[in-house]
Amino acid sequence: MKDMMPDNISGEYQEHLFSYHDGTQRKALFTNIETQLPEGRLIVSRTNTDGIIIDVNQPFIEMSAYHKDELIGQPHYILRHPDMPAAAFSDLWKMVQQRNKWHGYVKNLRKDGGFYWVYATVIANIRKGDITGFTSVRRRASRAKINEAEILYQTL
Amino acid sequence: MTHNFTVSPDFNPGHISGWYIFNTWLQRTINEELHLELYNSASEQRKAIADDRVDLIYANPYDATALVRDKGFFPVARADNKTDEAIIAVNHESPILNVEQLTDGTRISSTDDPDVRMMCMIMLEPAGLNKSNTSTTQRDAYILIAKDLLKNDADVGFFLEETYNELSDMTKKQLRPIVHSQIHVIHHLLLVGPKLAHKKDDIQSSLLSMADDSKGVGVLKNLNFERWVAVEQEEAEFMIDLMDTLAE
Repeated sequence: MKDMMPDNISGEYQEHLFSYHDGTQRKALFTNIETQLPEGRLIVSRTNTDGIIIDVNQPFIEMSAYHKDELIGQPHYILRHPDMPAAAFSDLWKMVQQRNKWHGYVKNLRKDGGFYWVYATVIANIRKGDITGFTSVRRRASRAKINEAEILYQTL
Repeated sequence: MTHNFTVSPDFNPGHISGWYIFNTWLQRTINEELHLELYNSASEQRKAIADDRVDLIYANPYDATALVRDKGFFPVARADNKTDEAIIAVNHESPILNVEQLTDGTRISSTDDPDVRMMCMIMLEPAGLNKSNTSTTQRDAYILIAKDLLKNDADVGFFLEETYNELSDMTKKQLRPIVHSQIHVIHHLLLVGPKLAHKKDDIQSSLLSMADDSKGVGVLKNLNFERWVAVEQEEAEFMIDLMDTLAE
């Protein structure tokens, strides 16, 4: 995955180098600018079993600030924010691989370096007994829950 | 043998005659006897489903989940350009302008339509509200929810968007939506049960050509539908997965 580009960033930014589980690396640029998910919107995406995005809805596109063709075919961790602990995502993968539903509060990284908090739910798509992919739905979270998650994630 | 057809009880009462006309049109078209049974509530309809007394159903997304996964129903079609969205409304004089101004103890008026309840409870989450810190009065019809708001017997009312939009202008003037869902991918589905599965393809092809036939156009108009579009198994499975992510 390509490094994030300074030209796309709005405002002052910091850098973080991600080393992903698949052995790849990416330089992420992030700011302190928050965008709130508007009330009533649901962000929906589907990935294949490797976590590669195969479909997104319009709120996903708007909140991520990417174009749809920049998202399809990319790993879902294109949205990963440096403040999110790796432990949260390893728990997610363990749960959904075991065909359980995963819930959690997630801080996502936008293309412009900003962030948005969501309450995310992920489930496995099971067809004829096999996992064929994953569906994720993200919705607006309460500020109190976000504050709790921020404190918790700093300890992980 | 007569097969039983039913419609999710959240439809607009103004379309009752439209569903009877549709039933007559469909049984003539597919040459199969169909009996239309309309239930007053989601719980009554769910009992009929549990007792295997339903063979064809225009189901809300929540019930479609159980029908496809647990009862072996097949998706056939959905109405084009219609998605299921929900509205939370208040009395127009209420000081509440948005969801996050709501507080513990909020009084909700709702029908027992499970998909609308689920979507609206999700929209209350940003205020930290859930079943444990709200109270709910259950009503049999959306007009009764409007009345609860007008009499200040409830702080917020849960509506299916289409039904809210079809309230009288006089009623709507006294209400104010504070949030409406924008999910875009949840629909009612027409589903065929196992006992009518031999007619699935006939039903689907009849529905898809309905808008090309003058009689069919009239029937669609009575339902306030433009046309039917086909729903394949994977599209239904995707919607069911989505409903699963939203369910508690």
